[in-house]
Amino acid sequence: MTIGLFIPCYVDQFYPRAAIATLELLEKYGCSVSFPAAQTCCGQPMANSGYEHLTHSCNEHFTTLFADYDYVVCPSGSCTLHVKDHLHASNEQAALGIRRKLYELTEFLTDVLQVTTIDAYFPYRVGMHQSCHGQRGLHLAQMSELVAPPFSKPLQLLQQVKGIELVSLNRKDECCGFGGTFCVTEEAVSVKMGKDRVADHLQHDVQYITGVDMSCLMHMEGILKRRGSKVQVIHIAEILNAAVLQPATV
Amino acid sequence: MEQSNQQHADLARKFNGNESRVNWHDETLWWIRQKRDKIVWQVPEWEALREAASQIKHHVLGNLADYLEEFERNAQQNGVTVHWAADAAEHNRIVHSLLQQQGVTRMVKSKSMLTEECHLNEYLAEHGVEVIDSDLGERIVQLLKEPPSHIVLPCIHIKKEEIGELFHKYLGTPEGNADPQLLTHAARLHVREVFMSRKVALTGVNFAVAETGEFVVCTNEGNADMGAHLADVHIASMGIEKIIPRREHLGVFLRLLTRSATGQPVTTYSSHFAKPRPGQQMHLVIVDNGRTVQLGREQFRNSLKCIRCAACMNTCPVYRRSGGHSYHTAIAGPIGSILAPNLDMKQYADLPFASTLCGSCSNVCPVKIDIHNQLYQWRQVITQNGHSPAAKTAAMKVMATTLSQPKVYTLAGKAGRWVLRNMPWLVNNRLNPWYKQRNMPEAPKQSFREWYAQNKKQG
Repeated sequence: MTIGLFIPCYVDQFYPRAAIATLELLEKYGCSVSFPAAQTCCGQPMANSGYEHLTHSCNEHFTTLFADYDYVVCPSGSCTLHVKDHLHASNEQAALGIRRKLYELTEFLTDVLQVTTIDAYFPYRVGMHQSCHGQRGLHLAQMSELVAPPFSKPLQLLQQVKGIELVSLNRKDECCGFGGTFCVTEEAVSVKMGKDRVADHLQHDVQYITGVDMSCLMHMEGILKRRGSKVQVIHIAEILNAAVLQPATV
Repeated sequence: MEQSNQQHADLARKFNGNESRVNWHDETLWWIRQKRDKIVWQVPEWEALREAASQIKHHVLGNLADYLEEFERNAQQNGVTVHWAADAAEHNRIVHSLLQQQGVTRMVKSKSMLTEECHLNEYLAEHGVEVIDSDLGERIVQLLKEPPSHIVLPCIHIKKEEIGELFHKYLGTPEGNADPQLLTHAARLHVREVFMSRKVALTGVNFAVAETGEFVVCTNEGNADMGAHLADVHIASMGIEKIIPRREHLGVFLRLLTRSATGQPVTTYSSHFAKPRPGQQMHLVIVDNGRTVQLGREQFRNSLKCIRCAACMNTCPVYRRSGGHSYHTAIAGPIGSILAPNLDMKQYADLPFASTLCGSCSNVCPVKIDIHNQLYQWRQVITQNGHSPAAKTAAMKVMATTLSQPKVYTLAGKAGRWVLRNMPWLVNNRLNPWYKQRNMPEAPKQSFREWYAQNKKQG
């Protein structure tokens, strides 16, 4: 089984540690992973801004790069959702194939690899941010609006991490306000949403805020840093990949 | 064009000038969302009900002409006069002519978002007719000379202390008194006098039943009933999409409507109007106003399923923090943002962008309109119709070029990170909307691809 690693452009540039953790985690579970070095971006920033018609060359490029893998895995719910919903190419069969074999990292771990034990140690108080596209788009977790039984793929994994203390938030799945270009075109509302989301975590004395989407975390990190908070953001892959140290106290 | 594309953002920025008020607005509406959650969890078949409602509406939209004609026939047989209005102007003219026939210049009106959409009050005012809105929230915004900010809770943006001041000024309540009981009592006396003295009453329509020709009006205050029962002439205005095939379908919609809207099991009054009482006239004005255009837009057709519960507004994290007036249209929030561009794509070009596409709206929608997908689709349609700012188009073209060429992308990324590390003042300044209230992410020396090439070799 060979996996094509799809790393969102902003993760590649700003959060390489999340990408490294993703790669190491997959390799830890015996996957043969390769990173097609010519990859750029899935085209979501243009498409969500109303310029889906400008994403053709991004789509062609993406399809060529990832067509031949057994699976494509991405540490982002949002980019995964965009490709699953909107990838079209001149080789439509190949594009459709990618849309079917593309998985967000946590769902790949729970649904394909069917991981039941996580060997990780992360002795901190952690708040989980439910990113909307992963949750409502990919159904990584049940949505608070629906009358339906609860589940959460990311939490299912996090709960197995040794030493972790997960908090429950007042508003468990409200949007953080990042929203792609929304974060600059609607700056006032975007920041207010982010401040409110961060406040919910801070009220529960978290040391880390985690999630499946670095974009939401980047937005919240910007707000945390501006207010001089020591609370850090961390991609879920970094927690799941956190080295197992077994101190005497555990 | 630039201006129209930013209108929501500008109005939202103004609304955010008072953060404690934004918090209050957000928490008030979130409380309603929680009430809604609590009550829908008491209905185990909730999701099946939503699906049933969605399918009934789907069927209606596919057979709308037939059902409208069936409804008209049955309503006429009941003794109701049916009028057809192609647009807002025709609707307003019809209502005005009915008032002229009665020789009256005063009318009482219960809540009807359609008349807001048609700007009926303004039209009638220009023609010397005084309209008193009898819904308490609407009366309050009417006295404030503002439009409603929410379709179910028209004055949700106003605090009770402000209502106290308003009623002191207009209704003579004691100064500085904001006791809700005192204020509602004053409003009751005021509106009762209106009910007793108006010969013509206008109501909206929540559901029009094709098989019986009756229509159902839902209110919590009974104000539609008070108006209609005391007036010689009852005018009801409805959009063509209000049709349901049979009376039994009310069992689906009435269970969904108020649970979704306010978290109540049912509206206090769900009144069925079938025929005029002896000596009374009953008129129905059935309005298109762009609805048939929307019906013809396949990807937006489902927006016509809307039953105006406002659950999408209460749950919308953007609406709660930008206020209804920031949408500058009669129907605010997510549903308004997919309805308004159909009426005027240029004027409302900003609205589909006033969303993070979080999808909460689609999940609470009792008729399962895929609101957030339609917002995405409207963005494409608006851009392709040339209603995007030129600067944005230019920026997007640069972005598309950069992101489709690996070498350019790699170089741009490297340069960007270098600037952030070495010349942060180039980015960390007031021209960067991100930086205004947020720090930029730290730029690592190495991108993932650089690390990978160094540590993994084989790509």
